[in-house]
Amino acid sequence: MLHETAFTSGNTKAESKPMSGAELLLRALIEENVEVIFGYPGGAVLPLYDEIYDADIAHVLPRHEQGGIHAAEGYARITGKPGVVIVTSGPGATNIVTGLTDAMMDSLPLVVFTGQVATNVIGTDAFQEADIMGITTPITKYNYQVRNIEDIPRIVKEAFYIAQSGRPGPVLIDLPKNIVTGKAQVSEDVEIHLPGYQPTTKPNYLQIRKLTEAVSRAKKPVILAGAGILHAKATEELKQYAEMQRIPVVHTLLGLGGFPADHELFVGMAGMHGCYAANMALNEADLLINIGARFDDRLTGNLDKFAPNAIVAHVDIDPAEIGKNVPTKIPVVADAKEALKELIAQKGEQPQTEEWLATIQTWKRDYPYTYEDDGSLLKPQKVIEMLYEKTNGEAIVVTDVGQHQMWAAQYYKFKNPHRWVTSGGLGTMGFGLPASIGASIADRDATVLCITGDGSFQMCSQELAVVKELNLPVKIIILNNTALGMVRQWQELFYEKRYSHSKIPVQPSFEKLAEAYGIQGYTVSDAEEADRVLTEALSHREPVLIDFRIDPEENVFPMVAPGKGLSEMAGVKKR
Amino acid sequence: MKKRIINLTVNNRPGVLNRITNLFSKRNYNIESITVGHSEQEGVSRITCVVNVDNDRIIEQITKQLNKQIDVLKVTDITDQAIVARELALVKVLATPSIRSEIYSLIEPFRASIIDVGKDSLVIQITGDPDKIDAFIELVRPYGIKELARTGTTAFLRGTQRLPSQAKNISIL
Repeated sequence: MLHETAFTSGNTKAESKPMSGAELLLRALIEENVEVIFGYPGGAVLPLYDEIYDADIAHVLPRHEQGGIHAAEGYARITGKPGVVIVTSGPGATNIVTGLTDAMMDSLPLVVFTGQVATNVIGTDAFQEADIMGITTPITKYNYQVRNIEDIPRIVKEAFYIAQSGRPGPVLIDLPKNIVTGKAQVSEDVEIHLPGYQPTTKPNYLQIRKLTEAVSRAKKPVILAGAGILHAKATEELKQYAEMQRIPVVHTLLGLGGFPADHELFVGMAGMHGCYAANMALNEADLLINIGARFDDRLTGNLDKFAPNAIVAHVDIDPAEIGKNVPTKIPVVADAKEALKELIAQKGEQPQTEEWLATIQTWKRDYPYTYEDDGSLLKPQKVIEMLYEKTNGEAIVVTDVGQHQMWAAQYYKFKNPHRWVTSGGLGTMGFGLPASIGASIADRDATVLCITGDGSFQMCSQELAVVKELNLPVKIIILNNTALGMVRQWQELFYEKRYSHSKIPVQPSFEKLAEAYGIQGYTVSDAEEADRVLTEALSHREPVLIDFRIDPEENVFPMVAPGKGLSEMAGVKKR
Repeated sequence: MKKRIINLTVNNRPGVLNRITNLFSKRNYNIESITVGHSEQEGVSRITCVVNVDNDRIIEQITKQLNKQIDVLKVTDITDQAIVARELALVKVLATPSIRSEIYSLIEPFRASIIDVGKDSLVIQITGDPDKIDAFIELVRPYGIKELARTGTTAFLRGTQRLPSQAKNISIL
C-alpha cells in the first residue's frame, strides 16, 4: 500500500501505535462530539464502515444519499452544530450535490465525507470514480482531498471549524480508499493552520457609532432580521435592542422565529409572499437595518424600487454580502450577536417611533393574511391555522418547497427560534421529509410537523422507512392539490392558464403508502374531519401521515409579481 | 468597461486555482488574463488577474468574493497604484531571408529579441506592459503572424508609492 511503507515500516520507537485512516477519522469525529452520522455505505467507504460498526456514534441510514444530506441539514438547522454525512464514491457522492448546494445557499454547517477510489487510480475513470472535488468546488465553503493519512486529524478539525465559524457552510472531505485503509503514526497535538481564514466577528466601533446615530435620527426605522440572527444565537439581543429603541422587526423567510411573532414590535415576513405590513414597512422606512439577511431577490422584489426612502445599514458576518445587491450606507461586518451587544451597549438616544409604530399597527390590523372559506372545499390555510393552534406554536415546522411552504410561513406564528426548517435559497423540493428526520433527531422531545405538498413529498418519499425505523414523532402533513401548486399558480397568473405539465391527477394513495411503511395514514377532505384527525394525530408520539385534499385552485397571496416592487402587491384585501 | 489588475497571494494547495477560476465563472465575472506562479514565500503562490468590469461595485464584489476563499491570503486591487506590470509574448512571424533585416529593425526599438530562426520564419520574444505588446503585434501583423502566445499580465507594487496613504488595500473590514 502506498502510504504504509513510509510511516510504519519497522518503526517501533514511538509510544503511540500506528492507526488506520478509518480509526483516525472516527477518533477525530468523537473529538468533535459528533452524536450522529447520516451515512450510506458503499465500496469505497467499506473500511470506514467496518470501523463505524464498533463506534460509539449513532448512525442513521437514509434510503437515498440525498435524504441523508437533507437530514443532516435539518439537524444542523435545529442544533447549530455541523451535520455529518458519509457517502461512498461516485454515485454516492454525486447524490449529495443538491444537498450541498442547498446548505451553501442557506449557510448550514455540514461536514461531508465522500469515499474516493485509491490515489493510484484517481483519474483513470475507475469504477465509481467521480471528480467530486471539481464538482463540489463551487458549492462548498471548502473542500479537501486527503493525500496523507497523518493529515486526517488536522483536516477534520479544520473542516469542523470552517463549517461552523464565520458564515457557516458545508465542507467536504474526499477520502481515497487507500488513505482510509493505510496506517500512520500521528502525534497527539493537532493544530489547525488557516492563515487565509479569519472571520471578523467583532464590529468596527466607528460603524456602530454611525448606526447608533442614524437610529436616533430616524423617524421610520425598521429592522430586517435574517437567519444570521439564528446562526449567531442572537434572538435575545435582537429582542432587547428592538425593545430598547422601539424599532419594528420584519423577518425574512429563513429568519422566522428570530423574533417572537406575538410581540407587539413584530411586523411579519416580507418578500414575494410576505404580509402587507412588512412589505410596506420596508417600502416606507427611512432607515433599514438589515441584520443577517442577504437581500435575496425573493425578499427585495425589483431592486430599483426597493426601500426607496431608506438609508441602508447592513450587519453581516460575510463582507461580500454587504453591498452585493443593495447599496449600503452603513456597513457593519460582524457576528449578529456581537453587533447587537455593541449596539445595546451604546445606549443610543431612542428615536421617536410611536407614530410609525401606530401606522404599522394599522397596516397589520387592516391587511392581515386572508383567504376565503365558504366551507365547501378544505382550505390549506385553515389546516395550518389548526396546526398552529393545536401545537401552541411550539412544534418544529419543516417544509418542502412550493405553495404549502408559503402558507406555513404565513400562518404558523413562530414564538421560538430554531423551530423552522425550510429550504430558502435553493428551493429544494424533496427537502422536507428527510429534513424532518434530522430535525427530530436533533430534538427528540419536539413534535415535528413535516408540511409538504403532493409534488415535493414524492421526491423523497422513500425516507418514510427511516421515520418508521426510528419511530420518530414526525407528523407528515400533505397539502394535496394534485398539482405542482406553485408552478400551476404561476401558469395561471402569467401563462394564460396554460397548465403545462403541472397537474398530477394520478397519484398513489398516500394513506396506503404510509401504511405500507407501517405508518398510520389518513385521508382528510373537510375541516371537521381535519380537526378530529389532527387532534388524534397530535395526541401521541407515533409518526403519522395525513393526506389533506385541499382546494386545488387555491393560490398564495399576497404576491409581489416578478419585476414588481414590494409596494405593488397583488391580492391584498382590506379586512 | 474598465480594466482592473488584482493581485492575490494564495496557499499553494491542490485545487486553489480551480476555486479561483470557478469563482469567476460562477459569479459571471469577465476575466481577461490570469497568471500564476511561485512567490517569494514557500508554499505561497502569487496570482495576477486582469478583469474587465462595468463599475466599481463589481470590482468590490470580485475582491470580496476572492477574499472569502479560504486559501486566499491577500487580495489587492493595484490598478490605481504605482505598479510594475509586465507581459511576455512569443510571436512567430513569416520572414523570408530577404525581409529579415527589415524585421530586425522593427524589433530594436521595442527591445524585443529573436529567439529562433527558421527557414521562412522568426520567433520574436517581447516583454513589456500590455500596451507595448499590442503595439508591437500590430506593427508586425502585416508580415504575417503564424503563431502568437501571450502570458497575460503579471504585476506587483513598486517599491515606492507616491502617496502611500492612498494605497487601496481591500481586505476584510
